Amino acid sequence: MTLPLIIYRSLRQHALSTLITAGSIALACGLLMTVWMVKTQSQAAFVSTSTAFDAVLGARGSKLQLVLNGIFHLEASPGNLAWADYEFIRKHPAVKTAIPIAVGDNLRGYRIVGTVPELFSKVEYAPGKKYELRAGGKIFTDSAREAVVGSFAAERLKLKIGDTFQPFHGLAFDEKNQHEETFTVTGILAPTNTPADKVVWIPIKGVQTMSGHDPKAATDVSAVLIQLRAATAGFMLDMMINKQGNRMTLAYPVGAIMTELFGKISWFDRVLALVAYLVALVAAGSVLASIYNSMSARQRDLAILRALGARRRMIFGAVVAEAACIGALGAAAGFGIYFALMAGVAEVIRAQTGVVLNVTAGHVVLWLCPLVMTALCALGGAVPALKAYRTPVAETLAPVS
Amino acid sequence: MLNVVDLTKSFTAPDGGRVEIVRVPQFQIAAGEQRALRGESGSGKTTFLHLIAGILAADGGRAEIDGVDMAALPEAKRDRLRAEKLGYIFQTFNLLQGYTVLENVLLGMSFGPRGVDRAHAIEMLGRVGLAHRLRHFPRQLSTGQQQRVAVARALANRPKLVLADEPTGNLDRRSSKDALALIREVCRENCAALLLVSHDDGVLAQFDGIQDFARINDARKGAAV
Repeated sequence: MTLPLIIYRSLRQHALSTLITAGSIALACGLLMTVWMVKTQSQAAFVSTSTAFDAVLGARGSKLQLVLNGIFHLEASPGNLAWADYEFIRKHPAVKTAIPIAVGDNLRGYRIVGTVPELFSKVEYAPGKKYELRAGGKIFTDSAREAVVGSFAAERLKLKIGDTFQPFHGLAFDEKNQHEETFTVTGILAPTNTPADKVVWIPIKGVQTMSGHDPKAATDVSAVLIQLRAATAGFMLDMMINKQGNRMTLAYPVGAIMTELFGKISWFDRVLALVAYLVALVAAGSVLASIYNSMSARQRDLAILRALGARRRMIFGAVVAEAACIGALGAAAGFGIYFALMAGVAEVIRAQTGVVLNVTAGHVVLWLCPLVMTALCALGGAVPALKAYRTPVAETLAPVS
Repeated sequence: MLNVVDLTKSFTAPDGGRVEIVRVPQFQIAAGEQRALRGESGSGKTTFLHLIAGILAADGGRAEIDGVDMAALPEAKRDRLRAEKLGYIFQTFNLLQGYTVLENVLLGMSFGPRGVDRAHAIEMLGRVGLAHRLRHFPRQLSTGQQQRVAVARALANRPKLVLADEPTGNLDRRSSKDALALIREVCRENCAALLLVSHDDGVLAQFDGIQDFARINDARKGAAV
């Protein structure tokens, strides 16, 4: 009872500084966990999202742009390919599946992507998982003005089966640039937690022949998403298209391109992590300063405890344990900050990219960070604890007669 | 119970020299005995009590409590002996301001050999008339009530030797008399020895065989205080 009582009373007596210090630790802990988890999860999510296809074929240009445009529905297309190019790659013996896409329109900011029904019937967006429609829906017919809407886009655009819409020209929403064609929603996709959720899917002919689009490009495609029969075939295609040809680009392998992207922006992670580490150090320092500054006020109490028979080691332990408690309190509150930040960041990432982060996912950092933070605080508490350890009892209990 | 032999203590003066405060060649108290020492402020009597209690380390000599020489023990063992054998009523109460009345008494017990005995702590506080103030903090009590908490805390552990340093110095005459009667009664019940130091003739008058501290303390014999 003694040690917990001493710690509890001390925390109560210095409630304000305890709260402020615990708050700064919570902030540090929450930030550290958020930075780490956003980095880890987004990287994993982006890389796993790109597993559905082995390669993306597009106009000559950046491989990264092709992947971002073709798979993540970000960025503009670097250019078009002729339908014959699509047919060529589709019939290539190394290619198992080839899905053409055409982009260039939007529905109130949500990208409209023209494709073929095979995307939904043949392709697994993740291992063992095929696209599914919500009850009552059906895939669009290739030649009709119909649409299948991703779950997130449907929710945001408040679209349901049977609703109609007129697309807007361009990838950015401008209400003045609306097309004349009207499309009918025939299906809503079940959530896939991939960028497909934020896309409005229509038949590829719908995009190609949309009013206002260049009639000369009426059979062009923006990119072709490719599944290979064997991984080694990718290197052969890479040689043929990228090194020997000069008209098209094959982005292969998709996963490696994404990993390369994260490698390029890893400095940003490191800066964020550095900031979080600094905040953690400052928080541990504030525990030290907070307890140390209150030591003169506590010294009489400590001397009384000593006079009552408390050992020096116990006093030392009580101060260290108090610091650790402040750390643990802050770390616990840090989870609140973590969940709030993570939920906010996840929502932004989902809205911007369609990639879904799992806010409640577990990770070693979620117990390691609070543990290290508590240990750091206990370490910070050792300095004032040493001062407490050395409190001269008789002098502190003056007056002497 | 208490046997003091050649106990000495000196401090460094502002001019760098050593000033001897305590040099007691011989002093004894038997178990259950109650003794009072008269001493003026600055006579070294609190230092003497601190040496007996092991709060201060002696320069030399012995202070044997129940046969164990407090002066010869290292600090950790002095702490343990103090918690096991002694009850100390401080002149300034030395209550823990952030703790309730009950917690003050319980904490005092927690370092002792019997550990925390909540029922006994409440009983002791009842005996000093504070049963209705268990959850109050010292600042919410009058000076006399605080003094009574200090008495209850010192006696709750059933110590073998009670040291009382001006235990009624802050009380009015009537409260002083009541507090003193309580201390003596509980000491008698527990067969505890009592060593009380005071400069208050009203308090001292209640003891037989009062000794002047100046007469047993060679260091201050004849010194102006």
